[in-house]
Parts: sequence; C-alpha cells; structure tokens
Amino acid sequence: MTVPAHHQNDSSNTPLVVLHGLRFVRGDRVIFDDVNLTIPRGRVTAIMGPSGTGKTTLLRLIGGQLVPDAGRIEVDGLDVHKLGRRELFELRKRMGMLFQAGALLTDLDVFENVAFPLREHTQLPESMIRDLVLLKLEAVGLRGARDLMPAQLSGGMARRVALARAIALDPMMVMYDEPFTGQDPISLGVLARLVRSLNDSLGLTSLVVSHDVQKTCVIADYVYLIAEGRVVGEGTPEQMHTSPSAWVQQFMHANVEGPVPFHYPALDLATDLMGDEM
Amino acid sequence: MIGDWFAARGRRVLEILVRLGRAHILLYYVLLALPSSVRLFREIVRQIHSVGVRSLVIIIVSGLFVGMVLSLQGYNTLVHFGATQSLGVLVALSLVRELGPVVSALLYGGRAGSALAAEIGLMKATEQLSGMEMMAVDPIERVVAPRFVAGVLAMPLLAAIFSAVGVLGGYFVAVGLLGLDEGAFWSQMQGKVDFHEDIGNGILKSVVFGFVSTWIALFQGYDAVPTAEGVSLATTRTVVHTALAVLALDFVLTALMFNKV
Amino acid sequence: MRQQRNLEIAVGGFMALGLAALFILAMRVSNLTVLGTEKGYEVTARFQNIGGLKERSPVSVAGVRVGRVTGVDFDGKTYEAIVRMRLAARYDTLPKDTSASILTSGLLGEQYVGLDPGGDTTPLKNGDEIRLTQSALVLERFIGQFLYNKAQETDKK
Repeated sequence: MTVPAHHQNDSSNTPLVVLHGLRFVRGDRVIFDDVNLTIPRGRVTAIMGPSGTGKTTLLRLIGGQLVPDAGRIEVDGLDVHKLGRRELFELRKRMGMLFQAGALLTDLDVFENVAFPLREHTQLPESMIRDLVLLKLEAVGLRGARDLMPAQLSGGMARRVALARAIALDPMMVMYDEPFTGQDPISLGVLARLVRSLNDSLGLTSLVVSHDVQKTCVIADYVYLIAEGRVVGEGTPEQMHTSPSAWVQQFMHANVEGPVPFHYPALDLATDLMGDEM
Repeated sequence: MIGDWFAARGRRVLEILVRLGRAHILLYYVLLALPSSVRLFREIVRQIHSVGVRSLVIIIVSGLFVGMVLSLQGYNTLVHFGATQSLGVLVALSLVRELGPVVSALLYGGRAGSALAAEIGLMKATEQLSGMEMMAVDPIERVVAPRFVAGVLAMPLLAAIFSAVGVLGGYFVAVGLLGLDEGAFWSQMQGKVDFHEDIGNGILKSVVFGFVSTWIALFQGYDAVPTAEGVSLATTRTVVHTALAVLALDFVLTALMFNKV
Repeated sequence: MRQQRNLEIAVGGFMALGLAALFILAMRVSNLTVLGTEKGYEVTARFQNIGGLKERSPVSVAGVRVGRVTGVDFDGKTYEAIVRMRLAARYDTLPKDTSASILTSGLLGEQYVGLDPGGDTTPLKNGDEIRLTQSALVLERFIGQFLYNKAQETDKK
C-alpha cells in the first residue's frame, strides 16, 4: 500500500503534531498543565483519560479553535496559534475532524453533507464531485444511504457519514472525538475497523480521543494517558497493560479505587451524620 | 447583606454590557461577511422562504383583522364628530405610519425571529458550527450572514403587505359593513396620505426593525449556551428583546420623523 | 432539487406580493398620483400672516388642487412671510393679476392657498410673484376684534 504523494515529504519521519509544554486554563480550573506529546505520522495514536479531563478541549486546541495560555502546538511544522486567519483555514483543510455526534448539517442530505467540503473548497465539476462523494461513502459502507437525511440515520450511521465527510478532501490527519461512545457492539466494531483501515489505506495520521479502553487499544499504535492536566502514562497498548504506574493500572483495568478516588471529597462520615442530630 | 445585593446588581449590569459588546462584535463580523455571502444567493433565497414566505399567513391574517378593527373602532369615535368621511384617512395613516411596521415587526420577532434563534442555537449545540469551522468554512459567512440579509429584505415587504391588507380590511368594514361612501373613503385617504412622509417613513421604520430584530435573533442563537435549556432561553429572549427594541425604536423614529410635520 | 425549485417559486411569489403591496400603498392609498413628480413652475407670494400654512400645503383654484407650497421664508426687512409654491405645468393660464388667499378647509381643517384668477391676459410664469394677497384669518384676532367692536357698541349706547 503506497502512501499518497502529498503525504510524503523528505521528513516523513518527523511527527505530525507536537505539543510543547501546553497549558490551558478555563476559569479557575487548570485543564492542562505542561502537557508534552508527539503524534507520529501514519500511525493511530490514542489519547485516553478519565471523563472531564478535557480531551475534546485538546482537539480544539490542536485545531486552533482555542488558544493555549502557555506552550506551543505544531502541526506539520507550523505553529498553529501563530498562523493568520487564512493560513489557519488552509491548515484546517488538511485536517479532518469527526465530532462526537457527527455534527452533520441537518438541512442537507447525506450526499450533500459529504459533498460540502468539496463544494466549498474546490472548483471541481459536478461529475467529479459526484464520483468522489460516492467513493468516500463506499469506503464507509454507506453509498446506498446517500439520499437519506441526517435525522433518518442511526447514531452509528451518522458517525460513518461524518467520517466520509472528514476524509472528503483527503486530509493528512483525522481527529476522532470519542468515536466509540454510546454505540452498540456492532457499530463499535465497524467504526474501529474503519478507523484502522482508512488510516492504513489512505496513509493518514489518526488521533483518537476516547475512554473505551478495549476498542481503542485494539486499533491504536501508541497510547497517551492524561489525567489531572498532565500525561501520566504513555506507551504501546502492550506496554500500557503491564505498566507499573498507579494511574495507568487503575484506568486500564477499570479499578474502582486508585489515583481517581471513588468518594468525592467530603467530611468524614461520622461527623456528617452526627451533625444532623445537633 | 445589602452590600451583596449591590454587588449582584453590579454583576448583572456588567453581564449585560458584556453581552451587548458581543452582540456588536457579531454584527461587525456579519457586516464584514456580507460582500462574500452574496455568492450564496441560493442560500439567501432559502432563508427568505424561511422567514418571509412562512410568515405570510400570520401577517396577512393579522393585518386583515387589525385593519377591520381599526375601521370599526374608528367609526365609533368619528361618528360623534360627524367626521366619518375621514375614516379612510384614519385607517390608512394608523396602519402605514405605525401599526404596519410595528405590529408586523412584533409578529416577525415572534415567528421568524424565534425560529432563527432556535435554529442557530441548535446548530451550535449539535456542534455543526464548530464542525464548519474545522472544515475551514466560516460559519458567520455561511450560516449567519445569509439569514441576516434575508431578514432585512423580508421585513419591509411583510410590513407593506400588512398595511395593504389592513387598508383593504378597513375598506370592507367601512364600505361593506358600515355603509360609508366608497368614493369618500378612498379620495380622502389619497388626499391625506403622503407617499414620502407617511409611506416612505413607514418603510424606513420597517427596514430598521428588520435589521434590529434579525440581529437580535441571530445573536441570541449564536451566543446561546449549547444545551437544550440554552436554546430554549435564547428563543424566549429573542421574542422579548425584539418586542422591547421595536417599541423603543418606534418611539425614537416617530419622534424624529413625524415631528417636523 | 425539485424541492428547491418549488421553494424558489414561493420566494419569487413572496417578493412579488410584497412589491404589489407597496405598489397598492403608493398608488391607491397615498397621494402619489396627484402631482407626484410632475413638472411645474414656481411662483411666490408675500403675506402678513400665513397662519398654519406649512410646506406641502395644497394650492387650489376653484377648489381644484393645482400645486403645493414648497417653502416658507421670512423677509427680515419688510417683516413679511414669503411663500414659495409649485404649480402643475398644465395649469399655465393663470393671469398675472391672480390673487392668493390663505383659507381654511372646513371650520377647523388644515390651511391652504386659494388662488383667485384676475383678468390680465399675460399668464403667470416661473419665478413670478403674486401681488395681491390676503393673509390668513387668525381666529384669536378675529374674536378679539369682535369683542372689541361689541364693547364699542355698548359704550356708544
């Protein structure tokens, strides 16, 4: 399987995305504090962590929708937050993003949704657009659903259409925001297989943000575990399973107790009960 | 305790100022995007259908009834002064100068404005706007600006339709029901209603109302909290703010326009 | 796409309806047909008192609207009001010695300029001034005059 020409360059071993000392604060909550990670090209990298650690926020930071308070994010060698508006838009055309619920445009049918980026950003003739859209839909197995409206699609189907849309412009990278959340086992399997196969056949770089340990570890080449605003563990899925770190242990094996406590911080139980009687 | 109360008031005022500022920033970006959104002719046509055509029923029905009631009530008063031949003038001027622009703007805010706010709020909540951004499409240019153009175009037309239908309704009641002289009804009206002063100013009012109420609706949707609750709040806020703004602006515009006469 | 087609037809219909409404308002409801943008000629007249006469007040001959007041000025030297009027071009046979009075339509109605044609053979042209004028009847002065006369009568008795 040859990697498409525009994804090759003489530095094809350099990482596609690099986060240097990223710090992001929302209100008085520190979401990220000194996060460093690299996303290698052509591989599936997973970012996992407990709920509420701001994994979606991370994708938005990479895409330039949010600005970090400190640190640097580089995509394909470009400092994302130093780019001008037009350059940022150009960069985004090379990045595909799959949102948690698909985020399809509700007033367009499936075909039009996938054709949207092509119509907006290219001057291709209608016949070419039609062919491209059908091919993308074929890749995700939904070519026959092209006339349905988003409201008529199940959750899993909507995500697959969104995936077809994300790869419409043949991006160099696709970011997946919680693709496995709330899906039935069959859809999960389908989606996971698609993520891996598209990554390999199109020479993409995939960044999967998820907290589904099983599915993600099957398809990921490398995993980062983020908790409390920092990277607390990283490695290949095998390394993660056998890692000695307490954070990693609790997360990978779904332990109730560990660095993430079961009890929300509160007074000692006896005091709380007694207090009512006073 | 009292200090807390004042602090809360102060915070509220600051919140209002912040929102006002954000609304103007949005308007700035929308106006900037106008030239490039002209190529979205198809989309603008779709939006005119959504806010204009879909509002026709309520505008026509309301206009008809308002005109008819004006005629009826006006007759009841004018008959005491023996001035019933001025009924046509009364109905026409009331509609063209005030009721046409104002009532149709209030109805527009309730029907089209709330729909706009809900639509955009929902797009925000389902991450469609975010998705567009990530696809390097400017949501303001693609989604907000065409709706703005459609609103500003549709509003004066709706106001004109309201006034015209109202006058016809008034005519039916005055001549058909109350038996007034048809010739007197129209000729008195034509003599007293001035095209530039009355109709022109009325149209100008409705353009201003269209601008402001569409702006309010789009801002409320765009700025909504992306939850079901947030969208619901945006919708109700749109209706209330539109009503307040239209009525306040009406006073200002009337004072400016009709005092020189 | 057929849905789009229907939609476009509906919008076209809407725009047409709106424009038709505007047209109705302009033509049937307002005074646009009478002296809208017709060409005309300007004349002036001086009055001691114009009462409630204002811009856009009508100018009539024998009860027929022939023009409008286009402006009112004040002469600081003679302390008179100068009224400028525009008369429709087709009414170009008014004699030079036509008189202008400020009358009230009805008892409490609006004021207008009534022209009474004289006997001169030369017609009024653009820029001419109407010499014979009668100022507006100011009700307060009229009543005051009336009361004063009444008082004089009782005095004499």
